[in-house]
Amino acid sequence: MLVQFYNVSKIYPNGVKALDDISLKIDRGEFLFLMGPSGAGKSTLVKMLFREELPTRGQIFLASRSIVRMKRGEVPRLRRNIGIVFQDFKLLENKTVYENIAFAMEVVNASSKEIKERVTEVINMVGLKGKEKSFPGELSGGEQQRVGIARALANRPLLLIADEPTGNLDIDTSNEIMELLFNINRTGTTVIMATHARELVKSAGKRVLMLEQGKIVADTPPGEIAL
Amino acid sequence: MRPGSIIYFLREAFKSLSRNRLLSIATISTVAISILILGFAVLLTINAGALMNYLESDVEIVAFLDNDLTKSQITDIKQDLTAITGVKSVNFVSRERALAKLQEKYGGNEYNLKETLGKNPLPNSYEIKAEDPHNVPQIAVQVKKIDGIYKVNYGQGVVERLFKVTRWVRVVSMVFIVLLVFAAVFLIATTIRLAIFARRKEIYLMKLIGSTDWFIRWPFFIEGIFMGAAGGLIAILILAAGYGSLISHMDALFFLPLVTNPGILSNVYISLLVCGAVLGVLGTWISLNKFLDV
Ligand SMILES: Nc1ncnc2c1ncn2[C@@H]1O[C@H](COP(=O)(O)OP(=O)(O)OP(=O)(O)O)[C@@H](O)[C@H]1O
Ligand SMILES: [Mg+2]
Repeated sequence: MLVQFYNVSKIYPNGVKALDDISLKIDRGEFLFLMGPSGAGKSTLVKMLFREELPTRGQIFLASRSIVRMKRGEVPRLRRNIGIVFQDFKLLENKTVYENIAFAMEVVNASSKEIKERVTEVINMVGLKGKEKSFPGELSGGEQQRVGIARALANRPLLLIADEPTGNLDIDTSNEIMELLFNINRTGTTVIMATHARELVKSAGKRVLMLEQGKIVADTPPGEIAL
Repeated sequence: MRPGSIIYFLREAFKSLSRNRLLSIATISTVAISILILGFAVLLTINAGALMNYLESDVEIVAFLDNDLTKSQITDIKQDLTAITGVKSVNFVSRERALAKLQEKYGGNEYNLKETLGKNPLPNSYEIKAEDPHNVPQIAVQVKKIDGIYKVNYGQGVVERLFKVTRWVRVVSMVFIVLLVFAAVFLIATTIRLAIFARRKEIYLMKLIGSTDWFIRWPFFIEGIFMGAAGGLIAILILAAGYGSLISHMDALFFLPLVTNPGILSNVYISLLVCGAVLGVLGTWISLNKFLDV
């Protein structure tokens, strides 16, 4: 088991109950879609995994380590095992493609030799060869998201979390990004993706977790048609 | 920490300095102005302190002796005086010497006091200095008890008031400097917060990627030290130039004794430089922690 949630609830300081008694297990190597209407708690759920938010009640484990009881000083190590892909890419505008990806390795103290090898590797993996010296402003949305994915992969995470990675992209570009995520999943990385894009989910045949008002209303195994 | 990281921290710090040039200049100016005001207050305080010491060290007891004492009685009195605790020095002033002093002070060369007065009206006396001028009133009481001394003078009343004033000046200037330091920290922290705010997304990203707090802090601290020291240096140059020219015009301007000891002054300047760097780091620390809380 890679991820375990036990009776997790989250009440934000303003009183909003974003998650309500969630229990959930995710295996290593799985691909999981998180679906549900706006405000259902998808983002809240994934934020718990890299400890941007702590649950109000319940326990969460990643690779058998409690995320809730973890000390502040242990959080960086947790996060190095998780790659995060954002809807708005969150690239640094004043850094090139290469530098944006290398940045993720620099901040976790990798050696420059490791950085050079790995950055070249992930740039090839996401199909951005030849764009190393471009700045984010010179790239299309799809290309920018590829940079975001490459950055998330740079530190060889156990788990890749993507919160609406195709939210800002058109349908063709979204399909390309999905293909890329499936490929990454095929090499063994567990992927959790929150999305509103029904069509993408329908055709994928992966496990789908349906949230509504902070509760799991359906958990459809891979191969079955959700929705 | 690997040597590679130190190079990385330095490079990041100076990249950020030049990238956020306007904010860097604003911070350096803020530090410079703060240190300038602080330095001005410190120099003022030091000079006030020196003036107070000077005024206080002038305080002495004059014990007038009866006129019919023998030489050996006079020596005995000296021993009694020296035996009083807190007495630093006892200096005999003969009637002749006292008159000569008076002549020097008031008569000048114009007229002869001795001839005018006909005889020397002054008694023999002892001038007594205390280890600590503040003890002069108590010592004076003891001195008065000694046989053969008919009068004790130390500027009664005036001296007590002087000590009250000097204590007040010292306390007020210390409080003023402490308040200035607090104001400077606040001002600098506010300016630095702007610079950090401009980079909050980058900090957030670093945190989510798994960077440690210290890895994020170091470049900002180096930046803070640099900006603080640069601001401090500018302030010191202005201050030293200003104070230097004041010293060189001092004779013409003031009857007050200015502190010119290069040892003391260089200590003040070095302390101000360190203070600038510390303010830079402190301001960074205060402003940064909020953004690291992800
Ligand atoms: N930091 C926060 N403080 C207070 N309330 C919050 C916070 N973040 C989210 N919420 C609330 O919690 C609920 C769940 O929000 P969440 O962002 O998890 O939903 P979501 O499923 O990701 O929605 P969307 O599809 O629009 O992204 C919402 O009602 C939201 O307003
Ligand atoms: Mg969301």
